[in-house]
Amino acid sequence: MVESKSISARIGRIVIHAIVITLGLFSLLPLWNIVAISFSSSEAVTANAVGLIPVNFTTETYKMIMEDVQFWRSFGISVQRVFLSLILNMVLIVLMAYPLSKSKRVFKGRNIYMNLLIFSMLFSGGMIPTYLVVKDLNLLNTIWSLVLPGAVQVFSIILIMNFFIGIPKSLEEAAIMDGANPLQILVKVFIPISLPALATVALFSIVGNWNDFFSGLIYMTKVSNYPLMTYIQSLSISIEEMLKSGASSNSLENMMQVSNKNLNAAKIVVSIIPLLVIYPLLQKYFIHGIVVGSVKE
Amino acid sequence: MKVQIAKPADWTNAEMVKQQKKWNWANSAYHLMMLPGMIFLIIFSYIPMFGIIMAFQDYIPAKGVLGSEFVGMEHFIYLFQLPDIGLVFKNTMVIAFGKILLGTFAAIVFSILLNEIRLKLLKKSIQTVVYLPHFLSWVVLAAVVVNMFSLDGIVNQILNSFGIDKLNFLGSNSLFQPLLIGTDVWKEFGFNSIVYLAAITAVDPGLHEAASIDGANWWKRIWHITLPSMLPIILLLAILSLPNILNAGFDQVYNLYTPMVYESGDILDTYVYRTGILGREYSFGTAVGIFKSIIGMVLIISANEMAKKYTDRKLF
Repeated sequence: MVESKSISARIGRIVIHAIVITLGLFSLLPLWNIVAISFSSSEAVTANAVGLIPVNFTTETYKMIMEDVQFWRSFGISVQRVFLSLILNMVLIVLMAYPLSKSKRVFKGRNIYMNLLIFSMLFSGGMIPTYLVVKDLNLLNTIWSLVLPGAVQVFSIILIMNFFIGIPKSLEEAAIMDGANPLQILVKVFIPISLPALATVALFSIVGNWNDFFSGLIYMTKVSNYPLMTYIQSLSISIEEMLKSGASSNSLENMMQVSNKNLNAAKIVVSIIPLLVIYPLLQKYFIHGIVVGSVKE
Repeated sequence: MKVQIAKPADWTNAEMVKQQKKWNWANSAYHLMMLPGMIFLIIFSYIPMFGIIMAFQDYIPAKGVLGSEFVGMEHFIYLFQLPDIGLVFKNTMVIAFGKILLGTFAAIVFSILLNEIRLKLLKKSIQTVVYLPHFLSWVVLAAVVVNMFSLDGIVNQILNSFGIDKLNFLGSNSLFQPLLIGTDVWKEFGFNSIVYLAAITAVDPGLHEAASIDGANWWKRIWHITLPSMLPIILLLAILSLPNILNAGFDQVYNLYTPMVYESGDILDTYVYRTGILGREYSFGTAVGIFKSIIGMVLIISANEMAKKYTDRKLF
């Protein structure tokens, strides 16, 4: 692009830089504020004295979390859920995407399966019938209630199916000539060359499962079974209960202040560390996947 | 949901077709591969669909779907007589529409501005930061929002320094919807700009050079070159966001609302959850859910047809 050297153009560039940097700060600072609160003393937090730098720096909150049994139990449940879901999702994604990437001449019945998958995306029985099915299967209060209902990720299956369709047919034909069976072709030919696309859907699965609080809320009746996000969500429930019992909004505000705001902030910070750890991967694959999936002509 | 389904693979030559015939058992292998997934799909997607029968019954958990008494359209009639439901519908659509409109606008503006940043390191850092909120759960972000917008939060402190009275963002029916829309735009604008940025960078730089030589300033080049080249993708995404008009964002609303703002913040999903699951009115909750499902399905199918017609792309 031609760089104009005029003064107005220069001012324009400065303004644009200023706006973009401001927007960047807008995204970051509210989150940073929570981090600062987590390292501040309760008194400073209650007095609303904490901005971007911790006041009366302390690591007390994090020490308390270390000893918080329920926090780590919930953390463990979330980790377990993410791993189980990831394995189940990925196995089903490749197993279903591969046959579906064949034409209906090659795979008779392909379109029936495809329509069943698409219809399940279009129409759902809704929250309550799904809850009742999970309940009737005696899955309530088990880790499987968080894993099994989300086993088939239709969107990811279609994404990978499209990727498989784009793989040169000569590769598969060569493998057939060598006497490979479909499972061998999938494992030895398709999966190795689809790794970046598979990484994208794997990350969909990890982020979605880590962040979901709602399944935990409806399928777990005991707090001790809550996954991490449901547990963190439940920390604010006591306030809501107070409101329901007729407390005015002023006493609500007071209560929010005297509650362990810095401790809750620290819990939130710890809960997003796993996402921050994989964030470089997220940026690389998620964004690549989004762009490829939508802008390709 | 931006998916495009390519043509399925076919065998390329006659030789392979013959080979394929000898290889008939491949078909069984394919069916076998589909089996585990289909079992899950039937249990957790299709069996619940039969649960819609409940909406026409007075469902009692102890009697089950088979034993409960049929009441016909009673729940649907009740649904339309409730004064709540019109309000809930209105809230849902206002919030969702606001998010789509402002979210799209913010993402487009941001992508245009970001594209002007030439310093690689700065651009990368900004991108890293603005994409981050997209990956965080509303459980986490609700804490951030409450912290900022509560009566003694930073936003009110700033307003105060300008001499403006404290605003009860979280507890006032006139401010709650703007808060929901604003914070959702804040969470997603960066991430949504990715697609637009890709569309901008795909523009031939020669066009901009030629326009500059002809004396077009920055505004003119944005207006006559950048925006028109983004138009197809803007149109496509606008069409595809149509079905979301009934999804105003359960996670966000649920984590931010209180009974004080039910009047302005209650959306279909939170309403179903509260009446159906917390209130144990399973049949009524299901009726509301079905209502939403059917409208949603009509919208998705229309969006798909529109996308096919106007942009040559489709959802399915």
